[in-house]
Amino acid sequence: MPIHEKSLIRPENLETHENLVIDGIDVSGDWSTFIRSRVVTDYNEDLQDEIAALPGGEYIHRCWQCGSCTNSCTVNAENPDFNPRYWIYLIRMGMESELVRDKDIIWQCVSCNKCTSACPRDVVPEGVMKATAHWLEMKGYTEKTNSTVFDEIFTGQVVERGKIEDGEVLMEFLKETKQPLMQDWLVQLVKQMVAGFPVFALLKMGMATVFKPKTSDWSKARDAIKSHIEEEKADARKALGLEPAE
Amino acid sequence: MHDTRKERYKKVAYYPGCALEGSGQPYDISTRAVGKKLGLELVDVKDWNCCGAMEVKNIDPEVQTYLSSRVMSQAKHKNKADVVMAPCNGCYHNLKKAEHDIAQKPKSKEVVEKISAKAGHEAYQPGEIETIHALDWIKWGFGEEELKAKIKGGLKGLKIANYYGCMYTRPRHIFPEKGKGGDSESLTKPHYMDDLLAVAGAENVDFPLKTACCGGAHTLSDSDMSTKLVLNILEAAEAAGAEVIATECPTCHSGLEMHQIRALKRLSKDTNVKVIYFTQLLGLAMGLSPRKVGLNANVSQSIPLLKAKGIV
Repeated sequence: MPIHEKSLIRPENLETHENLVIDGIDVSGDWSTFIRSRVVTDYNEDLQDEIAALPGGEYIHRCWQCGSCTNSCTVNAENPDFNPRYWIYLIRMGMESELVRDKDIIWQCVSCNKCTSACPRDVVPEGVMKATAHWLEMKGYTEKTNSTVFDEIFTGQVVERGKIEDGEVLMEFLKETKQPLMQDWLVQLVKQMVAGFPVFALLKMGMATVFKPKTSDWSKARDAIKSHIEEEKADARKALGLEPAE
Repeated sequence: MHDTRKERYKKVAYYPGCALEGSGQPYDISTRAVGKKLGLELVDVKDWNCCGAMEVKNIDPEVQTYLSSRVMSQAKHKNKADVVMAPCNGCYHNLKKAEHDIAQKPKSKEVVEKISAKAGHEAYQPGEIETIHALDWIKWGFGEEELKAKIKGGLKGLKIANYYGCMYTRPRHIFPEKGKGGDSESLTKPHYMDDLLAVAGAENVDFPLKTACCGGAHTLSDSDMSTKLVLNILEAAEAAGAEVIATECPTCHSGLEMHQIRALKRLSKDTNVKVIYFTQLLGLAMGLSPRKVGLNANVSQSIPLLKAKGIV
């Protein structure tokens, strides 16, 4: 089935009649189900440009819709609704409202890069998925996803100190996403770790949570990175026609 | 080519990255122990920083490129090295990607130069550093013939599924040296880990998910998906007859260990395959003690299996 017909056969676009007579002929039963005629008027002509303006989305214009990305996709194998080819198609067509229907799963790309390796046109679909997920957040269609929360905590630590401490990332993430620390599997994991861990390794990990690992002579790099990120964010908001961030 | 590499890889700048200093400590311990045993010299990259892992690029890809470029710049200017060895797939991948982007994308080069100047160090220039994985380092720096001579009891009778993960070969653009046939590593069916562990006496099973993804990028933010993906890998390894999954990436390794437990707790799916770093397996094969290769610091409890096999 060509993908542009996919949306037409959704339940809300179907019309069913119990009893239907057309031109004197009784067409009740299977023949009484019709696809409502539809005119699309809500194009966002700038959608492709908006995605292309975000990091990762710059090569979306190259897509020829061959489907190699979806065909190779790790997440698609688990959930057929996760469909990079379809979303790239919608973006290039400017069909914003159709794209937004899938707002809750687009962020689930696991960045395994099978799509990017398979793509014969170097679209970098992995980048497009990330750009689209950010576009949804910036436009206010979705709350900040768990994935973004994690990325921000991680990046925050790297920018601040040059290195991360993984225990701290884990704790901060659970706290930020309001998840309990005492999850059955996490407790089991820690139990198994502590059971075999040599004392020096435990000590080393414990010390790391107190004295955070840090790259020496990092402060100038930190300031330069921070100001670069701010500039890029402002540019992205401008490209999406959004007000400057406060 | 052979001999040049052998010479070049004898002494390399070592980039452990954040993971090997944290949850991936057993990988760090065993890599250093194996290097010592083989007489290969590792000198830590001076004042290294995080490569950006899988997260920074989602906030700002050019910053990720800068972070990786700084590691290479440190190795070049502070260590006076021309080869950086990164055992972590994420670090290895990111350094290679930075190399590619700085050479190919004018914007990446511009940002790296701008931030480097402000940070007060030399900007990394493409071609100044060769980044290699721990697999390249042992395979080419030492070689299979010489490795054979170092094997004590070996891993005889141990059935292993070699798991390379997604970042070691993908995407193809950033690994120009792979997929060239002959001695080169394959992009689709990598074999270096298989080669080394076969020399160590292991029986490598035919494992179809060598380069499948463990969902590591979302291991906490989308745990249910990661558990499913890990379960696929564990079950496929068991179905292939493996007792052990050999890993070469701290993210994959922690993911497999963590989601094996999570699959049991949440989905009541019990899998019995053990997760061990390939450097730990090589170390054991060369007669190093379980403690020397950090085996007791693994979450996956493999010592009973290895005892039963007479390996430890």
